[in-house]
Amino acid sequence: MSTVKLTYREAVRAALRHGLATDERVFLMGEDVGGYGGAFAVSLGLLDEFGPERVRNAPLSESAFVGAGIGAALGGMRPVVEVMTINFSLLALDQVVNNAATLRYMSGGQMSVPLVVRMATGGGRQMAAQHEHSLEAWYAHIPGIRALAPATVEDARGMLLAALQDPDPVFIFEHALLYPLEGEIDEEPTAVDIDHAAVRLEGSDVTIVTSGGSLGKCLAAASTLAEEHDLAAEVIDLRTLRPLDMGTILASLAKTHRAVIVDEGWKTGGIAGEISAQIMEQGFDLLDWPVQRVCGVEVPMPYAKHLEEAALPSPERVVAAVKEMAF
Amino acid sequence: MSAPARRPTARKPTPRARSTRPGPEQLDGEHALHLLREMIRIRRFEERAAEQYSLTRIRGFLHLYIGEEAVGVGVMQALTPDDAVVATYREHGQALARGLPPASLMSEMFGKATGCSRDRGGSMHFFDVPRRFYGGNAIVGGGLPIAIGLALADKLQSQQRVTACFFGDGAVAEGEFHESLNLAALWQLPVLFVCENNEYAMGTSIADELAQPDIHLRAESYGIPAESVDGTDVVAVEAAARKAAEEVRKGLGPRFLEIHTYRFRAHSMADPDLYRTKEEVEQHRRDQDPIALFEERLRVQKLLTDDELEAIESEVATELDAAIAAAEAAPIEPVEDLTRFVYTEPDGAGATT
Repeated sequence: MSTVKLTYREAVRAALRHGLATDERVFLMGEDVGGYGGAFAVSLGLLDEFGPERVRNAPLSESAFVGAGIGAALGGMRPVVEVMTINFSLLALDQVVNNAATLRYMSGGQMSVPLVVRMATGGGRQMAAQHEHSLEAWYAHIPGIRALAPATVEDARGMLLAALQDPDPVFIFEHALLYPLEGEIDEEPTAVDIDHAAVRLEGSDVTIVTSGGSLGKCLAAASTLAEEHDLAAEVIDLRTLRPLDMGTILASLAKTHRAVIVDEGWKTGGIAGEISAQIMEQGFDLLDWPVQRVCGVEVPMPYAKHLEEAALPSPERVVAAVKEMAF
Repeated sequence: MSAPARRPTARKPTPRARSTRPGPEQLDGEHALHLLREMIRIRRFEERAAEQYSLTRIRGFLHLYIGEEAVGVGVMQALTPDDAVVATYREHGQALARGLPPASLMSEMFGKATGCSRDRGGSMHFFDVPRRFYGGNAIVGGGLPIAIGLALADKLQSQQRVTACFFGDGAVAEGEFHESLNLAALWQLPVLFVCENNEYAMGTSIADELAQPDIHLRAESYGIPAESVDGTDVVAVEAAARKAAEEVRKGLGPRFLEIHTYRFRAHSMADPDLYRTKEEVEQHRRDQDPIALFEERLRVQKLLTDDELEAIESEVATELDAAIAAAEAAPIEPVEDLTRFVYTEPDGAGATT
């Protein structure tokens, strides 16, 4: 297999290009996706390749253009809608909850909405409290949609390709700090499995469950645990936030009997709490220690660098949570 | 609770033009009877639905279209089976005029598996994809972006089709209304916007809700040609809709109709109707009933006899008796199927594309 070195940003672009080139139903729509190249430069160059009909700049009307994506999907297209950030996506929540996630059910199975919505999420760039939250758990709460959080370059491309083949609405959350991440991946753009979590590092002492932008922090924490504390952490990348793959988590717990869940979202009502509850329900007997959570501190994201760092999960906080456990 | 004080600056809508009745032009007899029949069919359907609600066979919210029949019937004449319809929670009239079978609608409201939405929608959420009837949207203004998308899909696929989007005067205060009109005009999309202005957003009169109550002017501010139409006159509605739909179909961009109408019944069966006077409602029922006015016009033009009217009523009654009987006899959805249709099933069942 020949490989290619891409950034996460280029990988998303490669998937968009592949979709646009191979399926005439696919089009990209969103704020500044055209001449500007996307707020995170993901669609840079695609306007020249595919023209303004298929790389379609939308005005600042999140509700209307997300809703238009739903309508176009009903009308036989395969729209990819880019929303600039997850905070801005709140303006479109009516269309997401009341239409995208609902129309299939409410029509008794007559309609499907093959829509892909992508957006940047997450903190770490000092953009403060209206650009940087991690609200993926809100989307993961909604039956009728699929929620994906690609954490690797391969997933950045392959998950979008898989989403373009899905008959139901798929939401993809791209952590903004991941866009420059580099990776060597198969040259051939192929869809990846979007049903299962992945074990990114094998270990037998503790299971660290995470996703998206927190994966790198968890792998760094695992290195520290191995080098300084002689503990072998197993790191699970959730990949898909809805539906959750509890099988992979429970299989790991059968080995390690301890779990730390790491998520940038706020702890209360978040994805970490959901996973923890499912572990209690399905794997209580596997546990030798209470499930621990390392989450975003419950504040609106602050601007100052030291405060922002303190508000987010860090490798140090993950290591500290593991060290609390008795082995 | 007292009524909210009206702002001293609140604007009243410009008094609307009424068609001269009886109409000056001689109508085509066969088509005129079709229009009358369609309106009567909706009214009787709604009366029977209210009855069934009182008998607790229909539950949930029930919003009746009585008084507004000329709007749905008139507009639907301008559409072909290939066109699309997006409607609101007060959509029984549009659904019937679009050709959805009354038995499937009644079954839906009875909560039966044979309903047009397989009993998951109810009165507010009728769907029929083969007839391109896309709901049944109960979020005020929420259907407009969907209509934009359906029209965008048609434009991208070079289809000469119209998407007719019905909404009420209440939707005009929503952000989605403005976002959608802007998009439709910006991208010159084939949408026929149909604002059913029945003067009340639930219990709030238009003068208390809209700083600019002449709604067609708002559409014009987006560069969308708009017309104000007398919604008590089914012929006027049809003529305006045909002209607008034809322009949309030719690729001339979106068109907007503000159709003045009035609902004779409360907002829903749960509404005690305290915000308007009995006299106001009675005056509309007496002087502005679209069905009575049309009947009178047809009689003057010698296009309607007592026998013909009786035949229409009798056919409609037979059809509705059968619809109710079918709904009563229909099976319910098995509870085991509660979670079906949240996602496309593994064998791809239900995927439309």
